[in-house]
Amino acid sequence: MSAWLTQHRAALAGAFRRLFVAPMSTVLSLLVIGIALTLPALGYVLLDNLRELGSRAAGVKQISVFMEPGASRQEADEIASRLRQAGGLNWRFVPREEALQRLQQTEGMAEIVASLPRNPLPDAFIVEPQDTGPAALEALSQELAGWPKVAHVQLDSAWVKRFDAFLRLGRLALALLAGLFAAGLVAVTFNTIRLQVMAQAAEIEVARMIGATDAFIRRPFYYYGALQGALGGLLAAALVLAGLRLLAGPVGELATLYGTAFALQAPAASGAAVLGAGGALLGWLGAQLSVSLSLRRFD
Amino acid sequence: MIVASNLTKRYPGGYEAVRDISFEISAGQMVLIGGHSGAGKTTLVKLIASIERPTAGSLVVNGQNLSALRRSAIPYVRRHFGLVFQDQKLLFDRSALDNVLLPLLIAGLPRRDAIRRAQAALDKVGLLAREKANPIALSGGEQQRLAIARAVVNRPTVLLADEPTANLDVESARAILDLFADFHRVGVTVVVATHDESWIDYCHPNVLRLDHGRLL
Repeated sequence: MSAWLTQHRAALAGAFRRLFVAPMSTVLSLLVIGIALTLPALGYVLLDNLRELGSRAAGVKQISVFMEPGASRQEADEIASRLRQAGGLNWRFVPREEALQRLQQTEGMAEIVASLPRNPLPDAFIVEPQDTGPAALEALSQELAGWPKVAHVQLDSAWVKRFDAFLRLGRLALALLAGLFAAGLVAVTFNTIRLQVMAQAAEIEVARMIGATDAFIRRPFYYYGALQGALGGLLAAALVLAGLRLLAGPVGELATLYGTAFALQAPAASGAAVLGAGGALLGWLGAQLSVSLSLRRFD
Repeated sequence: MIVASNLTKRYPGGYEAVRDISFEISAGQMVLIGGHSGAGKTTLVKLIASIERPTAGSLVVNGQNLSALRRSAIPYVRRHFGLVFQDQKLLFDRSALDNVLLPLLIAGLPRRDAIRRAQAALDKVGLLAREKANPIALSGGEQQRLAIARAVVNRPTVLLADEPTANLDVESARAILDLFADFHRVGVTVVVATHDESWIDYCHPNVLRLDHGRLL
């Protein structure tokens, strides 16, 4: 056990040393890996922010339930009771008087409202379900439409569907991009390790002759690949944060122009850890493939 | 300790470097494998060190049949041997000490203990003062002594050498012979493949003489 630990420690220390043997080459490799991971990671963060922005937009994923004009307050209370029992819903009752008052406050509507002989607006409920998927919203609005004295249920389902389809398309494009860049990262590590195996051919040959196991020979390369990938992942996390910081100002200004307050959300520290771990995994995979192929010539 | 029975090594293309040979080497013996160039000496050394695998016959070392050994077990068998090559196979990108450290690190010794043992081995071959030198800065004789230090640092049961005195001047060759004789004296089994007949007069080894792959 202690020999095993000693060898792992030595392999890890050797991997660190190798990073500094050719610093320029190391920096270039880290940049390639970092940029390859930055693009899908930044895309993911931006898409996540867009999803958040979409869900916060006024009226989106809200269902307006309008009662029949002649519905009594008791009948409205019946609907309120049903909503309460349904669970998983945030809802608010908007009495017809409040609706009229709001309409009156709208610019240019005061005179028109004043000229009306009576309040033409119905009582209404604004319902916000917790499950905001298009299918769930559609099903709920159909159910609500069937309740007694409900005249009309309004859901901008087309908008919700379009937005959801856009998010799905974005996620798919990102997954493809991430797959491509992951393959690129594996290829970069593969080539780096191949060159290292070639450079250390004499050492590998001697080591094998004097009793080195395959694991002993492979281990430093695995550590090097994983280390390079992890550092590339952390560099990508730093680049994503820098990119978000650069974009935060212009995005905030744009949001203000649209009358809303919105700030780009940076990923949590766990996001950087995921990028580092993902980079390490891909680096290890590249090293594994490279070492397996490169060492065949020593058999 | 080393028992060969009807041992044959045939290379791809049909060339038989070793043909149907049988011999036995006991623990603590010094054995010289002699013969002209191309007689099969190097192949026999490689077979014993399990660098090559026999085509036919069996080779048993320390009770282990090398012919039937799994590939994954071979490295552990090789650790029983101290190998000295004609071209030394030293690593020129590191110091003399680091060259000697390699077998100990492969065996998983902590670095501090490994350094102590490597320095003792260098001292034994008279190179402790040159521990920080790059092997390229050493003379041919010193390089061969460094290779011997690397071979013995792991305290092998068998010291195997292939033409260890080739390309050396008389004085350097004599120093190498002395080292092998010293190791033999302390009980190490020494097997040397060489065409240098001065070994016979100097060390009085048992001789296995090969001719075109056959034992005479």
